[in-house]
Amino acid sequence: MKKLLLAASAAALLAGAWLAPAQAEYLKEHRGGTIRLLARSAAGTLDPHINYTDQGWQMYQPIYDGLVAFRKAEGMDGFSVVADLAEALPTLSNDGKTLTFKLRKGIKFSDGKDLGVKDVVASFQRIFKVSGPTSGTFYAGIVGADKCLADTKSCTLDGGVVGDEATGTITINLTKPDAEILYKLALPHAVVLPADTPAEDMGSKPIPSTGAYMISAFDPNKGMTVTRNPNFKQWSEEAQPDGYPDVVQYDFGLSEEAAVTAIQNGEADWMFDALPSDRLGELGSKSMDQLHISPLSAWWYAPLNNRLAPFDNEKARQAVAYAIDRNTLVKLFGGKVLASPVCQVLPPDFPGHEDYCPYTKNPGAKWSAPDLDKAKQLVEESGTKGQKVTIIVEDTAISRSIGVYLQSVLTSIGYVADVKPISSNIQFTYIQNTNNKVQMSVTQWYKDYPAASDFLNILFSCASFREGSDASINIAGFCDKDIDAKMQKALDLGVTDQKAADKLWAEIDRQVTDKAPAVGLFTPKRLDFVSKRVGNFKFNPQFNWMITQSWVQ
Amino acid sequence: MSNEAVAVVPRKTRGPWAVALTKLTRDRAAMTSLVVFLLIVLACFSAPLYAKWAGVDPFASTLDAVIQVDGADVPVMEQSTEGLGLGYTPIGPTWQLGNYFLGADSQGRDVMARLLYGGLSSLLISGAATIFTLILGTAAGLIAGYFGGITDTVLSRFLDVLWAFPIYLLAISLSIVTIAQGISIGPIEIQSGSLWLPVIIIGIVYVPYVARPIRGQVLSLRHSEFVMAAINLGVPGSRILWRDILPNITTTLIVFVPLMMALNMLTESALSFLSIGVQPPAASWGTIIQDGQALLYTRPLVALVPGLAIAVSVMALNVFGDGLRDALDPRSKVRLGRD
Repeated sequence: MKKLLLAASAAALLAGAWLAPAQAEYLKEHRGGTIRLLARSAAGTLDPHINYTDQGWQMYQPIYDGLVAFRKAEGMDGFSVVADLAEALPTLSNDGKTLTFKLRKGIKFSDGKDLGVKDVVASFQRIFKVSGPTSGTFYAGIVGADKCLADTKSCTLDGGVVGDEATGTITINLTKPDAEILYKLALPHAVVLPADTPAEDMGSKPIPSTGAYMISAFDPNKGMTVTRNPNFKQWSEEAQPDGYPDVVQYDFGLSEEAAVTAIQNGEADWMFDALPSDRLGELGSKSMDQLHISPLSAWWYAPLNNRLAPFDNEKARQAVAYAIDRNTLVKLFGGKVLASPVCQVLPPDFPGHEDYCPYTKNPGAKWSAPDLDKAKQLVEESGTKGQKVTIIVEDTAISRSIGVYLQSVLTSIGYVADVKPISSNIQFTYIQNTNNKVQMSVTQWYKDYPAASDFLNILFSCASFREGSDASINIAGFCDKDIDAKMQKALDLGVTDQKAADKLWAEIDRQVTDKAPAVGLFTPKRLDFVSKRVGNFKFNPQFNWMITQSWVQ
Repeated sequence: MSNEAVAVVPRKTRGPWAVALTKLTRDRAAMTSLVVFLLIVLACFSAPLYAKWAGVDPFASTLDAVIQVDGADVPVMEQSTEGLGLGYTPIGPTWQLGNYFLGADSQGRDVMARLLYGGLSSLLISGAATIFTLILGTAAGLIAGYFGGITDTVLSRFLDVLWAFPIYLLAISLSIVTIAQGISIGPIEIQSGSLWLPVIIIGIVYVPYVARPIRGQVLSLRHSEFVMAAINLGVPGSRILWRDILPNITTTLIVFVPLMMALNMLTESALSFLSIGVQPPAASWGTIIQDGQALLYTRPLVALVPGLAIAVSVMALNVFGDGLRDALDPRSKVRLGRD
């Protein structure tokens, strides 16, 4: 891990030196104006320690900072972690269990208060005090986290996060080395907020920030106004670069169809929501220059309940994997430009990914065609033919159409299938709860950070399965002790040798795929539609389009 | 003065049903509506025949299907060939019966075949729900109105509670609760996805609409002389209800049939549109509108045609219902020739 940190620091310096003149030049020319964004609805609470949405996380990038941050860069560079409020990446000691950061000096919050060590310590305590959604997972390895999780209100993280005002250092002690801790610290859930921020969900009330921008107005039913932070002075272009527009105006409430029209007419600059499928052809031909297609580290998949008939039978699960025509699903999603067929768990170009597809006509690296004969044979062998299967999907056009297609596939291989679309607001928790006896569902997983464990360990480890809970992210209920042990080994190995760990993750990916606890459907791509005046569109693989790195004048 | 007896031929009077039928048949608007509605019913009941004749499965995804239009092979789902080649658009109307007459939906299915099957589901559900509502509503109205006292209080308050809920909110809530698991009460078990679920839900939410006016009528009949006489003669209550009161509210119930059916059809469509009525891949006019919503820009007919079918059916039922009410109302001013 030390090697990894050193390499990251060197790369950061080089990148910073190379980028600086270009940005300064462009800033002069294009600085100013209002960039206008649209979304059907707000992303929920404004509180960065609680909000767990793509929409929120994307917007927080130019607003909040943590000790470290994902580099504000395109391509794979955007997956690297750089120092942000800390002067440098941490020094490691105590066998990788202690991380020591030195806080930068002279940084102020948007309300004028100085950033200090106490703010950092209070922010880590606050993650637990507000029962942050990842407090029990990402940050549970901090010393004292167990007590904080048991009694959130009196959380002190005693011995876990220690600040020294005199030296300006923050020490984070872990119960055991964690190869992914920097990724976790670079997420919005670990940003630094003023120490006096109330330990409760701030809802619609903006919290002062250290970034280039601050939230100056928010109405969840109307919109959000983000303006320049008057106290911001750029300290690291790769962690928190200054932005081009003076104001980001994010309006809520317009339908996707109306948003497309608004962008076409130059009344708005970008929309968060997916483009309506019936506008794709028109936009793809008439507005090519305004479209940006970017890869996503995401997975559309169909979890099969490993604890309920008929999918408690491995052959029945494999039969479904063989029968599904991924090309049809890609077609339903908008075509090959917007999605690629997959069989395995880890998305392409993701750490640990090695092409693998056993569930195709000619098994090998890539999916080529469904094998219905093999699927029917496996259904016969499993003795599950004729059983009833219900597929639970989200009540959205694309999920519904995937569900209907899967229903016809299951029918064609001998099951009596039906499909139930249920509201998107509840579908994801509904399919997790074993009390609902969901046999098969369609859902998606988008990475939190670029590590294989974020897919394999989270979605398929025994610990991720919780009977009768709405938060049982191992939806398939898959639990294989051998694979679990191997995942633990890979996590431990990552601390000292990430490459070897990734090799091991690739092996785990193959093993999980072979057991077919879920059927991989396709990897989606992100399609951004911007107005003609938007320039310098840059897509960060971690947090999507870097809004304030584009200009509008 | 002649002593010849003048033969008095008693004038043949027509019964109230015959009078009503005459009135109804002379109401052009009502009769036209009836014909329109019967044609829709006939068309919808021919759905299986149409699908068989057209050689299509209206429930299975056929994204890779290729059809012949004017001698040329045309894919049912056409990929955009310009620019980035984004998205697929279903084929539009061919206007050739039996060959994707109204085009395809986003699953490549024949919209015409689905429209007919959808109408069949909508008619069956609204018809069955109407019967369900009338049976429950009539029973509740009869019992509450005739027995009075505590029975009336309990039943009326229960109906008031049901009445207090906005109809659609109540229907949506019941649908959401039952949609995934179905209903299981003692020996009664209705699986999720069954058409009986929307029938029961729609049937229940409209019970107060029927029960309250029936109760009012029964209350008034309860104190009429012939009922009082029967009671004093010791005729059992059930017999009075069945033989004396029920026949007197029959006309009201008949008038309710088309009106409730129109209401039920609208409710069924709304629930199916919200994915909590008829479940995919089965079709109802509501689900087809929902499917067509995502195609409004490129293939507006997918949503417009079932919408039109609902509008025409509901209008026909309402106009016919109005005619029926006029015909069965003795105070109606419709002229009936020699009567």
